[in-house]
Amino acid sequence: MSEKKHRVSRRQFLNYTLTGVGGFMAAGILSPMVRFALDPILKEEAGQDMVAVAQVKDITTEPQRFDFKVKVKDAWYESEEPRSAWVFKDEKGDIVALSPICTHLGCTVNWNGEKSNPNRFFCPCHYGLYEKDGTNVPNTPPTAPLHRYEYEVKDGTLYLGKAKPRGEA
Amino acid sequence: MLNKIYDWVDERLDITPLWRDIADHEVPEHVNPAHHFSAFVYCFGGLTFFVTVIQILSGMFLTMYYVPDIKNAWESVYYLQNEVAFGQIVRGMHHWGASLVIVMMFLHTLRVFFQGAYKKPRELNWIVGVLIFMVMMGLGFTGYLLPWDMKALFATKVGLQIAEATPVIGPAIKTLLAGHHEIVGAQTLTRFFAIHVFFLPGALLGLMAAHFLMIRKQGISGPL
Repeated sequence: MSEKKHRVSRRQFLNYTLTGVGGFMAAGILSPMVRFALDPILKEEAGQDMVAVAQVKDITTEPQRFDFKVKVKDAWYESEEPRSAWVFKDEKGDIVALSPICTHLGCTVNWNGEKSNPNRFFCPCHYGLYEKDGTNVPNTPPTAPLHRYEYEVKDGTLYLGKAKPRGEA
Repeated sequence: MLNKIYDWVDERLDITPLWRDIADHEVPEHVNPAHHFSAFVYCFGGLTFFVTVIQILSGMFLTMYYVPDIKNAWESVYYLQNEVAFGQIVRGMHHWGASLVIVMMFLHTLRVFFQGAYKKPRELNWIVGVLIFMVMMGLGFTGYLLPWDMKALFATKVGLQIAEATPVIGPAIKTLLAGHHEIVGAQTLTRFFAIHVFFLPGALLGLMAAHFLMIRKQGISGPL
């Protein structure tokens, strides 16, 4: 191609410069605002402190419900939110702390909540059932086991962290 | 690529005349700073509009975090300014832009005044311009309260007392603005927020549309 065919007309040149300058200005105005709006997804997820929940000597092989409070910071609003856990020792003597939140639609499950299904967790909303170790019973609404709390034991006291899906805690 | 998309839409909807009608018009020589540098005075109206667009955009984004409530307003402003990325910038744009709108609008008004551009047949456009000026003042006044700090509170108290000094209907106007006979508080803040983000911007958009339609219809005033 010859040099001539590449000549930029006055109109084209003005179009390019104006688009460039305009785009630069628009980007300068919009990028802080967009970053401002996207902030929640780019903020690091806040870790959660381990909270003292129970004395280890009180924990039996029978699941017991323990209520506790966690500190929650929602932007400028700080509060203490109630949580609870079903805690017991399994056959190996390890502590298991299950979240009472049904994995179906988030209702609260109870141990031995229904007479015809002894030794199971029962969700009254849609008759969801879980075995003692939290595994969901097939052919009931829940599709995943109850979440397990991260835990640690210090000086005979049980501390709980975040509830995570089975396999992650 | 973009051209192809444009052509595709244009073939079906014939959009070219639509935007041509708005965007494609000659700039007379006496208004073009490339011919006479002093013609830069004709830019102030456009600059007012430009800053207004920034105000609308930054204001929209600020409401993602702002809460118009006496317990949370100050905290939410503090949070968005100090904890959210670019919060200081976005709030700064709205803060400084507010003053800049007034400055630009003032310069634009001066130009129209001293060039006599308000004279027949453009009297109506001058009237609409004055209405826009009042709406802008209202936006400044109501927006000033929203951070809910001491400066905001006492500035609003002063403003309300000025309104109260109106003969006969003063006390009624003041109560209408404040939402309460005595207290500048919860109801004042929600009212000012509603006026600031819904009522006045709505009025402003309508008035600006009228302003621009008239200038397109009548054309810019001739050289001095």
